[in-house]
Amino acid sequence: MSRKQKKMLVRILISAALWIACYFPIPQPGSLVLYLISYAVIGWDVLWKAIRNILRGQVFDENFLMALATVGAMGSGEFGEGVAVMLFYQTGELFQSYAVGRSRKSIAELMDIRPDYANLEKDEGALEQVSPEEVQIGQTIVVKPGERVPLDGVILSGESSLDTKALSGESMPRSVLPGDDVVSGCVNLTGLLRVQVTRPFGESTVNKILELVENSSSKKARAENFISKFARYYTPAVVIAAVLMCVMAPLLGGDFSEWFHRALTFLVISCPCALVISIPLSFFGGIGGASKCGILVKGGNYLEALADVDRVVFDKTGTLTRGVFNVTAIHPDEISESRLLEIAAVAESYSDHPIARSLREAYGVPIDASRLSGLKELSGRGLSGLVDGQAVLVGNDRLMEENGIHWHPCHHVGTTVHVALEGRYVGHIVISDEIKPDAVQAISRLKAMGIRKTVMLTGDAKATGEDVAKRLGLDEVYTQLLPADKVNRVEALLSEGVGRGKLAFVGDGINDAPVLSRSDIGIAMGGMGSDAAIEAADVVLMDDQPSKIATAIAIARKTRRIVYENIVFALGVKAVVLILGAMGMASMWAAVFADVGVSFIAILNATRALKVPQTK
Amino acid sequence: MKKVFQLVDLDCANCARKMEEAIARLDGVEQVSVNFLTQKMTLTADDARFDSILKQAVKACKKVEPDCEIILK
Repeated sequence: MSRKQKKMLVRILISAALWIACYFPIPQPGSLVLYLISYAVIGWDVLWKAIRNILRGQVFDENFLMALATVGAMGSGEFGEGVAVMLFYQTGELFQSYAVGRSRKSIAELMDIRPDYANLEKDEGALEQVSPEEVQIGQTIVVKPGERVPLDGVILSGESSLDTKALSGESMPRSVLPGDDVVSGCVNLTGLLRVQVTRPFGESTVNKILELVENSSSKKARAENFISKFARYYTPAVVIAAVLMCVMAPLLGGDFSEWFHRALTFLVISCPCALVISIPLSFFGGIGGASKCGILVKGGNYLEALADVDRVVFDKTGTLTRGVFNVTAIHPDEISESRLLEIAAVAESYSDHPIARSLREAYGVPIDASRLSGLKELSGRGLSGLVDGQAVLVGNDRLMEENGIHWHPCHHVGTTVHVALEGRYVGHIVISDEIKPDAVQAISRLKAMGIRKTVMLTGDAKATGEDVAKRLGLDEVYTQLLPADKVNRVEALLSEGVGRGKLAFVGDGINDAPVLSRSDIGIAMGGMGSDAAIEAADVVLMDDQPSKIATAIAIARKTRRIVYENIVFALGVKAVVLILGAMGMASMWAAVFADVGVSFIAILNATRALKVPQTK
Repeated sequence: MKKVFQLVDLDCANCARKMEEAIARLDGVEQVSVNFLTQKMTLTADDARFDSILKQAVKACKKVEPDCEIILK
């Protein structure tokens, strides 16, 4: 509790004690004085603000209305009620500010990734603590174990493991070696790292994320705009109704003091606070909860739209697959698997082609390049040479055909590399892009959530694309697409929309920016700091896991449900109390509950949005 | 030009909404958001007149909620 809140608590306790004392038989004017003191203790600031604000022309100020209602009650002889209403109102306000403070703090904790300082290495090797903003590109900083990486950079020396939880929600630490990129916002766990800075603080990952989340509240959801508009008319409408009741009813033969009392009840309910606080808080909580799992949502409007997604369109490479080529099958004839791989890897030891790299990686042993001689690169076919003095051919079908070698095709989908040794076919190796480990789960979870259609778009060959789609269980697949074709495809899919159903496109943000912006919701694989992705998309998945899409939608749906609950609950209670109040059946107590009590409950409900729902 | 300001003692959400409305009506303001939860105001306004617009914004806030202060850096 803050100082201000503690002070208020003390005032409430003193005032409540005095108020209770009034119920003991005390001769007049003793109890009247006690009531007045009790009221002064609890309500002086409301009265003071009311006077000050009315002088500034703020007629619909809640302090003024509250003061009017309680003073009015006391004026008509209901001292106990006047004090009690003020007491109850202030207690409610205290609860409210405490609850808002708590949830604000828990959201702030989620966002607590801002680095405070950087250890800048000087020429003499001495370290100086400076603000991250002061460090320039190319300078060297030192990150000690336990410290947060303040800026993006490349490791010059040192080995460590990094906790990326704050950025990606991934709890497994990532181990890093010299030459690896480090991203600001991670926490260095074990070793000392010397890092060369590659981006100024303003462009660093951590700053981008913070800016994005902070700005997210300025992109308002439809529900928020509705509440703002509603709030604009609600207070004046209720106050005018109160005035009319007070003036018209006696003219029609009603009892003035009775209707005056009913009108005062109206004034107490006239603040739209419950809605004005709880709706933005729900969206803020949803966005905060999502960012805890490494899902950055750029605004309440996008979170709202995510809840309506019923079609998800995926890009293949880099989204459902890793976008890295790997050896997926080794099929030797006559020799062993490792021997086949060894021949291919040695033969490819000079090549820079991604296929050559993946062969060497799969072989995994440092290659003595002197084992290879007489190397000839045959473009579009492969290569020939001598490995340990034996003639070797490594390449595609055409290379085998041209050399009259009897080869056989492979049933695996991917790029097939054939190998011949001394003119004899010894087998082939299949290289393909690997499906991400959670891709199957990503699709099945979406289907379980009731997503109507899952589609994959790819520029790859038909066989490769269809194979991936089949293995993942996607509903539709379109292959051999150029970037422009992808836009057309998405346009066509957009036109299939039913009702409020939204279309989400998921890509890696590299060359699909036009599609990301064309679709209802663009979701990008952030790749821990890819600018293009963060820029173009509405939602960014920091750890590139497609299964997070289902999590994001689940969070969005939960947030939306909470928002609806709060709107219905707050409006419902207010409407009921207004009607009962007009009929003279609701006391001022009920009215205070409809004001601050409802706010408090709505705030508590809104904080549920922070908790990420579990999905299977 | 877009600038973010810290707000102190912004105690009521409805006041934040009223401030936002009052500032949005000022001449030269392109976009403004008064965030009750982060206690921040983001103001986008005409470059040349930014300072005078800011002064008017402060005045508008004072009118709605005299206790709330905008920290000008």
